[in-house]
Amino acid sequence: MKRLDQLLPIVGVIGLIVVWYVAVWCEVVDPVLLPSPTQTFWALWKGMTGGVLGFDFFMTVRRTIISTLIAAAIALPLGIFLGSSERLYRSVEFVIDFFRSTPASAMFPLFLVLFGVGDKTKISVAAFGAMLVILFNVAYGVMNARKTRLLAAKVMGASRLRVLTDVMLLESLPQTFIGLRNGVSLALVIIVVAEMFIGSTDGLGHRVFEAQQLFEMPDMYAAIFAAGALGYGLNLLFLLVERRFVHWSGK
Amino acid sequence: MPAGPMDGAPAAERAHVTIRGLSKRFGNAVIYDKFDFDIPRGKLISVFGPNGCGKSTLINMIAGLIPINEGEILFDGKRLNEIKFGYVFQNYREALFPWLRAIDNIEYPLKVMKVPSAERQARSEKLIAHLGVKIDLKRYPYEMSGGQQQLVSIMRALIVEPEILFLDEPFSALDYEMTLFMREQLQRVFQETGTTTVLVSHDLEEAVYLADRILLLSRHPALVADFVHFDDARPRTDETLSGAEFIRVKAHCLEVFQREVRKG
Ligand SMILES: Nc1ncnc2c1ncn2[C@@H]1O[C@H](COP(=O)(O)OP(=O)(O)O)[C@@H](O)[C@H]1O
Ligand SMILES: [Mg+2]
Repeated sequence: MKRLDQLLPIVGVIGLIVVWYVAVWCEVVDPVLLPSPTQTFWALWKGMTGGVLGFDFFMTVRRTIISTLIAAAIALPLGIFLGSSERLYRSVEFVIDFFRSTPASAMFPLFLVLFGVGDKTKISVAAFGAMLVILFNVAYGVMNARKTRLLAAKVMGASRLRVLTDVMLLESLPQTFIGLRNGVSLALVIIVVAEMFIGSTDGLGHRVFEAQQLFEMPDMYAAIFAAGALGYGLNLLFLLVERRFVHWSGK
Repeated sequence: MPAGPMDGAPAAERAHVTIRGLSKRFGNAVIYDKFDFDIPRGKLISVFGPNGCGKSTLINMIAGLIPINEGEILFDGKRLNEIKFGYVFQNYREALFPWLRAIDNIEYPLKVMKVPSAERQARSEKLIAHLGVKIDLKRYPYEMSGGQQQLVSIMRALIVEPEILFLDEPFSALDYEMTLFMREQLQRVFQETGTTTVLVSHDLEEAVYLADRILLLSRHPALVADFVHFDDARPRTDETLSGAEFIRVKAHCLEVFQREVRKG
């Protein structure tokens, strides 16, 4: 019974494919617009193994990882610093929340002026968006450190610095990972959008857009699935890392 | 002979902690007003009183967890930062570090004191043997029962060989069976180490059963309603609970308590 329960997620996948086949078979949609699942997965397979899709996939992964790394490199220390004093965080909270609420796509023209048409703009906009998400989560993680735990460290004679490194930092890790997961998802969204519209010659966004322009529908669906798999995979990767290093999370 | 402040041991009982002119306010609420008290050395003191009268506030002030408005608290004439003490929180779940194994939690205070790793290990092994602890301390706190976690908290407080140990309702989050077991553990710790111990308890039976002295507080501003002696021999057992002296002392404490509650 337990075994079978583990197979439950597959039900939805099979359901989707069945509906898809039926739609193709009944020609609900123009066959040119909706290729069959077989055609699509064949395009995905060909593209990823030796086709151009594999390269585009790699480029998008690269940009997403670089922007997330830049974002984390800024947001982790800054978030810990801001979160270590509630008053400090409150004084910058509005600015952070404001820019967090600003659609990152609205920042493209500004970053284009600053960095020109190229990878720098894509990566910096994505890093900017992800940075704010991570920053906010890290700061909250640090601020919401259990008071009893801080007091416990204090009665044991830990200095302020020690309390920060031994308690606050670790206390903030579960929330930090939430920030990293959300940050990497946002970075991927921004990168893919940028690859579509900002003078790109590669990347998954570019592949989807080009396939659509050339009316290569199986390729377009294949690129969409590749992007989906990438987003899901990145999220899963961070979850696994979290489970490994933040073993106490949620316990 | 009624139990009372003047009763029992000679007035010359040596004070370990002297509290003089202690005042504490939260906003307009006066919790302590020029409060004087001596905590005798090597005794287990239970603190008992109405809910919200200031029991936690008292031990938190003594342990330096919250600031005081006026007054002075000295330990053999020394200040808090010159002595070693242990503190056990009611909420063990939030007081232990879940990212450290139980044994590393226990050794953490030594790490703060920059004791080398080999000596840390030697000292924790000694403490484990001393207390006859048989649980697996390689586990993480969240893998342990509540009682085991609280035992780990107590060991973490004891590892520095404190001169004084504070416990704020340490067993009130445990189920009854575990509470009974932990009372025995605490009694054993006290008998083995003779450390001056201040135990806040909301359970009168527990307060009397474990104590040499019961400090009864009035509603705030808190005053010493009574300071009662209970001198039954240790180790105390189930028979203690049905003994005449226990019943007398408990009844006396209850009477004082009810008088204080009615005043409010
Ligand atoms: N941080 C605080 N701010 C304001 N009031 C507090 C604070 N801590 C305790 N009090 C008040 O002080 C009184 C004594 O609290 P406490 O010492 O926790 O009581 P208890 O005897 O139940 O342990 C209570 O009335 C409580 O509401
Ligand atoms: Mg209390």
